[in-house]
Amino acid sequence: MTTGAGDQGNSQGISEKISKEGSGKTLENTLPGPAATGSTQLSTPSLLLTALQRQHPDWVTGIIEAFGETTAIVPKLHIVDVCSALKTAPDAKFDFLADLCGADRGVEEEPRFEVNYHLFSTTKHHRLRLKVVLDENSVHVPTVTGVWRTANWHERETFDLFGIVFDGHPDLRRILLPEDWQGHALRKDFPLRGYEPYSLK
Amino acid sequence: MSSTINIPPQFEIVDRPLDTQMTISMGPQHPSTHGVLRLELVLDGEMVVKATPDIGYLHTGMEKLFEYKKYQQGIVITDRMDYLNPLGNNLAYVMAVEKLLDLEIPERAQTIRVLMCELQRIASHLVWLGTHALDIGAMSVFFYCFREREKILNLIEAASGGRLTPSYFRIGGLMMDLPSGFERRVKQFQDGFLNAVEEFHTLLTGNRIFQKRTQDVGRISAEDAIDWGLSGPCLRGSGVDLDIRRANPYTGYETYDFEVPIEHDGDVWARYLVRMREMKESHKIVAQALGRLKPGPVKADAPKVVLPDREAMKKHMDALIHHFLIVAEGFDVPAGEVYHPIEASKGELGVYVKSDGGPKPARVHFRGPSFVNLSALPHMSEGAMVADIVAIIGSLDIVLGEIDR
Repeated sequence: MTTGAGDQGNSQGISEKISKEGSGKTLENTLPGPAATGSTQLSTPSLLLTALQRQHPDWVTGIIEAFGETTAIVPKLHIVDVCSALKTAPDAKFDFLADLCGADRGVEEEPRFEVNYHLFSTTKHHRLRLKVVLDENSVHVPTVTGVWRTANWHERETFDLFGIVFDGHPDLRRILLPEDWQGHALRKDFPLRGYEPYSLK
Repeated sequence: MSSTINIPPQFEIVDRPLDTQMTISMGPQHPSTHGVLRLELVLDGEMVVKATPDIGYLHTGMEKLFEYKKYQQGIVITDRMDYLNPLGNNLAYVMAVEKLLDLEIPERAQTIRVLMCELQRIASHLVWLGTHALDIGAMSVFFYCFREREKILNLIEAASGGRLTPSYFRIGGLMMDLPSGFERRVKQFQDGFLNAVEEFHTLLTGNRIFQKRTQDVGRISAEDAIDWGLSGPCLRGSGVDLDIRRANPYTGYETYDFEVPIEHDGDVWARYLVRMREMKESHKIVAQALGRLKPGPVKADAPKVVLPDREAMKKHMDALIHHFLIVAEGFDVPAGEVYHPIEASKGELGVYVKSDGGPKPARVHFRGPSFVNLSALPHMSEGAMVADIVAIIGSLDIVLGEIDR
């Protein structure tokens, strides 16, 4: 990545954008640029996340670097804020939602479910994963269809197969399985072969 | 006994004045929907007010099945997703698992992967071209395309034994090395292919009917295309210079010399031109890959993951033990999660693999380009005519096996 004044300027850009997007929160001091953190091993997405975390400590609760990929754990309350901040910030520019998928960690696990957002930038070509973890008794997460319209079908698929409810989704229906299907097929406690033969009701 | 069939309210026959809207169902058995896709069209005369795709007719729970199969058994499932580009699916999946295992793939295997994937891309584009032209009414193109595709399928069969479901790429390399004389056969195909592309151009590009049916139909702007998550030729037809082979290179694509075709109109015609030029670019990459083929191993040096050669099993006890363990118990993959995107023939094919440390994946998710590209259909078809819908679906190049999974 580049160093110096350019990054400084960019990071001011990101903070301005974030303060604009961040539901009325105002910015008091500008952040040092990502290069100022001193580490050269960290990837650009993780530097962006560190800057974002310093700005809003409650937006990103954890950053994981593994297998050359960066993952940020985001509380579900802030997922829309984080997504729109990362989409518009000039040195992040995650304008492309490559993928959105759910996962079931196991029946015994708590929190049980997770939703993974795979972000991509069509101009900067970097990638980032956002992860929202959900308790079994509260499988609600705000929709990001307002940020990227492509999230529409991905969220419908996640709702269909995991039963995760995306609050505010314009058209949250089953997409792959029939409307009257019982249960959510990709949950770990849903058997591979089904309980009984399926018949239309 | 009276049968009770519940007719959904939108399909009930009611007396309506002539100027009102009408809802019809196109598919799932309609030949131009490329499989089992149903479209619910709200029409005003012949104008489409709203088109809603209804998918899932081919859903076979493949992502669920992955969780019950060992990693190496998952490869054969990937063949059946985008069945026109099975080698691309193989590649995306094995590369994701290789990322988790941190395997080093030998040079020759990498080159053969590029070679086979580009041949497969040409084959996939040929099916698209043939069926797209057939939908629009130009029937003869179909036969020319399938003649060329047959040659590629013969090559894939020679290498892997399978035509439609090759499963040629394995975790850690390839199933086996190329057969002798393969290079010569690829060259034979290569020699005739550029002429064939010229034939397609003669049949379609200058064809006034084809132009009228495709130009300014199904337009989508660059901003909308990115917002809807379009990828591959559909995105490049809208003027966005994005190719995963360039943006996030894999298997050494950064060392190959090829162009990324871009068109700016964003209509069916632009997507047609992009794919036509892409076939020539793939032809170029195949030629370069052929020139790079040097003798060497095609499997990674990882005896606990890669099946040993038959010869080694006859002579070495440890090879036999490893073979038995891989087949009977599989191999453990370090816990973690990866998302690996590749540029498949239809766009960004991303594979998300989550491992809990055992021999079976905890979750496998395929981001199929067809799935996402089809979701933009309602946006593209607003205000189009019914006949245009057929052209738009053709230009999206969808495969229902990948959409429904």
